[in-house]
Amino acid sequence: MAKLTTKFKSLKKTTKVDFATYLGVIAVFIVVTVLQNGGMLNRKTLGLLVPICCYMSMAVSLNLTVGILGELSLGHAGFMSVGAFSGVIVSQSLLTAVPNAPVRLAIAMVVGAIFAAIVGLLVGTPVLRLQGDYLAIVTLAFGEIIADLINCLLVGYDASGLHILFNVSGTKTIDDLGLDATGYAIIKGAQGATGTKTIAGLTAGFILVMVTLIIVLNLTRSRAGRAIMAIRDNPIAAQSVGLNLTKYKLMAFVTSAALAGAAGALYGLNYSSLQSVKFNFNTSILVLVFVVLGGLGNIWGSLLSAAALTILPEALRQFADYRMLVYAIVLIFVMLATNNPQFKAFFAKLLPRRHSAEEKEV
Amino acid sequence: MTQKTKLVPVTREPALLPERDADKSPVLECIDLGITFGGLKAVDSFNITIGRTEIAGLIGPNGAGKTTIFNLLTKVYQPTHGTILLNGRDIHGLNTAQINRAGIARTFQNIRLFQNLSVEENITTAMDTQMHYNMAEGILRLPRFWREERVVHERAMELLSIFHMEEFADAKAGSLPYGAQRRLEILRALATNPCLLLLDEPAAGMNPSETAELMENIRSIRDTFKIAVLLIEHDMNLVMNICEGIAVLNFGRIIAKGSPDDIQNNPEVIEAYLGKKKEA
Amino acid sequence: MEFLSYLISGISLGSVYAIIALGYTMVYGIAKMLNFAHGDVIMVGGYISFCAMFYLGLPNIVAVLLAVVVCTVLGIVIERLAYKPLRSAPSLAVLITAIGVSYFLQNSALLIWKAAARVYPPVVEGTASLFGGQLSISYISLLTIAVCVVIMLALTTFVNKSKMGKAMRACSEDKAAAQLMGINVNATISATFAIGSALAAIAGVLLCSFNTSLMPTTGSMPGIKAFTAAVFGGIGSIPGAFLGGLLLGIIEALAKAYISTTLANAIVFAVLIVVLLVKPAGLLGRYVPEKV
Repeated sequence: MAKLTTKFKSLKKTTKVDFATYLGVIAVFIVVTVLQNGGMLNRKTLGLLVPICCYMSMAVSLNLTVGILGELSLGHAGFMSVGAFSGVIVSQSLLTAVPNAPVRLAIAMVVGAIFAAIVGLLVGTPVLRLQGDYLAIVTLAFGEIIADLINCLLVGYDASGLHILFNVSGTKTIDDLGLDATGYAIIKGAQGATGTKTIAGLTAGFILVMVTLIIVLNLTRSRAGRAIMAIRDNPIAAQSVGLNLTKYKLMAFVTSAALAGAAGALYGLNYSSLQSVKFNFNTSILVLVFVVLGGLGNIWGSLLSAAALTILPEALRQFADYRMLVYAIVLIFVMLATNNPQFKAFFAKLLPRRHSAEEKEV
Repeated sequence: MTQKTKLVPVTREPALLPERDADKSPVLECIDLGITFGGLKAVDSFNITIGRTEIAGLIGPNGAGKTTIFNLLTKVYQPTHGTILLNGRDIHGLNTAQINRAGIARTFQNIRLFQNLSVEENITTAMDTQMHYNMAEGILRLPRFWREERVVHERAMELLSIFHMEEFADAKAGSLPYGAQRRLEILRALATNPCLLLLDEPAAGMNPSETAELMENIRSIRDTFKIAVLLIEHDMNLVMNICEGIAVLNFGRIIAKGSPDDIQNNPEVIEAYLGKKKEA
Repeated sequence: MEFLSYLISGISLGSVYAIIALGYTMVYGIAKMLNFAHGDVIMVGGYISFCAMFYLGLPNIVAVLLAVVVCTVLGIVIERLAYKPLRSAPSLAVLITAIGVSYFLQNSALLIWKAAARVYPPVVEGTASLFGGQLSISYISLLTIAVCVVIMLALTTFVNKSKMGKAMRACSEDKAAAQLMGINVNATISATFAIGSALAAIAGVLLCSFNTSLMPTTGSMPGIKAFTAAVFGGIGSIPGAFLGGLLLGIIEALAKAYISTTLANAIVFAVLIVVLLVKPAGLLGRYVPEKV
């Protein structure tokens, strides 16, 4: 044991933080599972568990783009949307072929991730040449486009397979798919996915968060992560040491998109009906707020703020109409408190022992 | 202001190579290199040859176009005309990253470190092109990940030992004092295994004793790694002491070229630096 | 004739976007921030004029002026309280604060005026009939276009000729240097927000008249689109915002008419992406490479 402790002490600070992050997530999962099995959680809390896991994964993956790569993305929910609807289609199509729900969920999440990665590649390849706020606006536009496209999508499944129709004119309905007697609708245009068999659960959420953490943290601590952060810190110097900017930017962006896709698939399979409006600009912003409040590049910060800010509006239910107003005020106040020199000095006086907690992680 | 410059022949000149390099092909040849910014010839008819293990200097007043030449050599700017031969190979069409992989590494006048990475990571990042494990191996931490990471760690420590900076390996690069940041930039450039090292004002902001040490370091780097060095510097003491060949630039053109002795006694160079004597 | 009527409707919608985009672009040019709350100032302008007309029974023109005054003050107050303390903060912190302000305005409006959409009758009623009734254009469309042109001309003159305009241009180039030259940077930024918000109020009135409806989220989508328009034209450039706004409105109107109603927004955004890929700094923006 003593040997282990010395070994732990000799580890790098980042490695220690990573271990603590994994352990924290595992501990919370165990506690919540015990509480759940003991029937100590009310229905509202239970309903929040899967979304919290999804948002944690979303926040960590967006942190890869915004914190580690240093590119502002305002369309992260777009990738979630791609993952959600492709995941729902896959899961609903495999109802009879793969009756085992966990296996089907895993397939759906992998497919969701792959589709989101493909879309990420298509968006990222041309767009990552743009800089700063222009990238932000293009990702924003992309998110809106995805939402609109899914609104035009009609998908059904019957004995002869998958039927997909793109309803551009807005005049077609699910009947135009020509499903036979065994057929059922999966996505009904603007109504979104309906009648989805919900197969998402806390364990899947936990696995999603762990996989996301392993991928993002290990990527960050490998040669690719160093290169990505080097590009963030100084693109010109990064090129001067031979780094291929496009390759590494795309690597971070596509990985981030794929993880959002997996999170989206889990999210989509948690609800029997789902509209594409759910993944609009506001959701992208919501996730961005998690990342910024948790700290850029700070992975456990993202986890924490995603969980806290998903619970906060629910906890504020008693304030009913005022809750979003309170949320807005909290948001502004936190930003001022963490970024304004006078505020910071004021808090430093209150907490004299705390040393430079705002130091950037990674 | 009269702009009197000697015309430099556009042919390849007999090199000013140090004797030990004379029988080897030069590492770098620039032939009639030039760039125009909206009608202004920032660099014009730039011809230079650098020997395999030469330490060469590029001097000239502020705004003469010295850094522009570094930017041309590394393709931060695209030359309007002229040819650059690196190890006899035309590097036309390569981008900045490819130029580095072809063998030119540089430092920057205004320091450009990876501020939020550690000192060690700044160096290991520069070794990225020499590493082979892929993204999946990195995420899954397969054996090749550990093997290569160990190798680059050891090499980084070796490089840091040149400037006795091992103890700062885990410090954030941005937190280093100015002089140490300059030295780290040199190490980062070295980490890419170049055959030609471009140093843009390496001694800027250093005191005389630091400069003297740096001089020794540059020489020993050249001897250890058997590479050529081209440096821009305003510290004449440093330039005259360690450079074997010097080119003087004024208004984008070479006004003199030669050994330190030649340069020190060249009237045109003196004029460029001190201004023309008023004729009575 | 049908095409002409769609085109005019597009130009008039584009004029509204242009007015909003002008506010975005001026604030971006000087404060270098994406003011996401700008769209919600539009909504506030809409509600103030609505209340002035229907609860206070003021004449339309007075209601509009009142909305302009309230929004101007609101803009200055927002800048003082939320953005000024973050002058030296990272741009993402300012962006999130702006989003916070946007939520705040939307939810305040939700509490005060409730979620249900109000019917907002145009400030100017009636239509002009041309070509013997073949083409009818509402007066509000004509008014919108006229107002947009007047604002555009006035703003260009102001920025190029007046002392404050010169100060604004100086601040957008280099704040530190401007300060050293004796320009009051804080006052200049406040003035920019004031102008931007006043324009937002006018845009609010015109937008609500155009849509004939008003609710707390009225400003969000037009805000995003106007921002897109500003980027489209080259953010920071006043003629760029004007051009971007107009083009965006026309594309949207024509896409709605000839391609698909549901996909109109997607088409608008797709055009934006294509333009940015070809001209990374927008139509009239200039690209400044980093000095090495």
